[in-house]
Amino acid sequence: MMSKDQQIKTTPLYQMHLDAGAKMVPFAGYEMPVSYPLGIKKEHNHTREKVGLFDVSHMGQIRLVGINAKKALESLVPVDIIDLPLMKLRYALFTNKSGGVMDDLMVTNLGDEELFLVVNAGCKNADFDHLQSTIGDDCKIEFLEDVALLALQGPLAHKVLSEIVPSISEMTFMTAKKVAINGVDCLITRSGYTGEDGFEISIPAKDSEELAKLLLSNKEVEWVGLGARDSLRLEAGLSLYGHELDTKHSPVESSLRWALSKIRRAGGEREGNYLGSKTIMNHLDEGTESKVVGLQPEGRMPVRDGAVIEDELGNKVGIVTSGGFGPSINRPIAIARLQKSFIEKNAKFFALVRDKKIAVEVVSLPFVKQNYYRG
Amino acid sequence: MSIKFSEDHEWIQSQGDDLVIIGITDFAQEQLGDLVYVELPEVGDECSRGENISVIESVKAASDLVAPVSGTIIEVNSRLENEPELVTEDSMGDGWFIKVRLSSPEELDDLMDESSYNAFIEE
Repeated sequence: MMSKDQQIKTTPLYQMHLDAGAKMVPFAGYEMPVSYPLGIKKEHNHTREKVGLFDVSHMGQIRLVGINAKKALESLVPVDIIDLPLMKLRYALFTNKSGGVMDDLMVTNLGDEELFLVVNAGCKNADFDHLQSTIGDDCKIEFLEDVALLALQGPLAHKVLSEIVPSISEMTFMTAKKVAINGVDCLITRSGYTGEDGFEISIPAKDSEELAKLLLSNKEVEWVGLGARDSLRLEAGLSLYGHELDTKHSPVESSLRWALSKIRRAGGEREGNYLGSKTIMNHLDEGTESKVVGLQPEGRMPVRDGAVIEDELGNKVGIVTSGGFGPSINRPIAIARLQKSFIEKNAKFFALVRDKKIAVEVVSLPFVKQNYYRG
Repeated sequence: MSIKFSEDHEWIQSQGDDLVIIGITDFAQEQLGDLVYVELPEVGDECSRGENISVIESVKAASDLVAPVSGTIIEVNSRLENEPELVTEDSMGDGWFIKVRLSSPEELDDLMDESSYNAFIEE
């Protein structure tokens, strides 16, 4: 028997997924659609060519409210939150005392001393406890329970959404806007996790089905499941928590140097003063032994998470953090954490898959060009 | 030609002379989703019932093909190496995997016929 806590949850769009013929799988405590009858490959390609609709309501949506909210959040992330402009988004990371990563998240400045966070489903309870125990006295922390989150992604996402909400036309990548859709207050951000232009729409749970139906009534829009979400983000070279990011590696070791704001680095106006800052600043300064890189396996056989990477002499060089198949480029692709000293030697690498050695080449990320709308 | 089915969702078609062709069922290919790679055994390999003889990779995951019978692999469908989608498109035909010469033909008796298999997947 499952205890109440372990009971599997569903999103407000659960019935719609079943009606659409989705294959449901347990994911982060939720029963989620991994694919629809179209299949992962076609869902993936549809998102790259037209528009995919994703139910990502399992993700955590959190509001921080209070005059000190920005300052408080800055004490938990190596990112500039205080100067985050109104209605802009920034990618951030919750670090721990040893400089590892507890989760990655999106932060939006909603104004009026209010921040909006979107965190990973698998981490959301821990994130909430972390926020409560560290900055719970500095601002109000509100876990939004009755909200859905829909992602509309692909080159036609803008066209489809602007037919419903014309005012989104002026939005650029990583900006937010409060809008009313059929009289329902929503928060739209121009962001996503596919490498394509697109939007995420936070909407009250009770109104989410109507919006999903409205979006799907456009013949360019298809449901896309978590399977294609993963292959899309992998091609786009985007990190996934629990794979490229974890509590044991700093953001620098995970090749997320770009996410660390200058103002929070050594010599910056508000340097340090977040959990693990010593380690992370030291990694920035001195470099790290390992980093996260793209891998191009030779041939057709996918090289998956956990595959060991060796050099020609059989020395262990690292491990694959995410691997699979890239439907847009029609070949296997992977991301791995490798020892830098071996990369610098320009050594030949092999992935161990079952009893075979697959030659792999270190390549730069992303595998597929990101296609964001920057105005 | 009689056709039998395994609990691992394979079809086994008798060709006479203790020869069988083996593939995966439509039900199995639907469960696996889009296939991107099939790793086939070598011609001449021996296989025993229950042994993993091939790997089927979908976008999402790798699954094993378990030998439903024992014998010698005398032919493989090498088209699958470059066209794994044949399994999705025609799992009972062009998407076949291997041809085996049975070493224990009586093993066929342990397999299901079509109506038992259909009942099995209904469960």
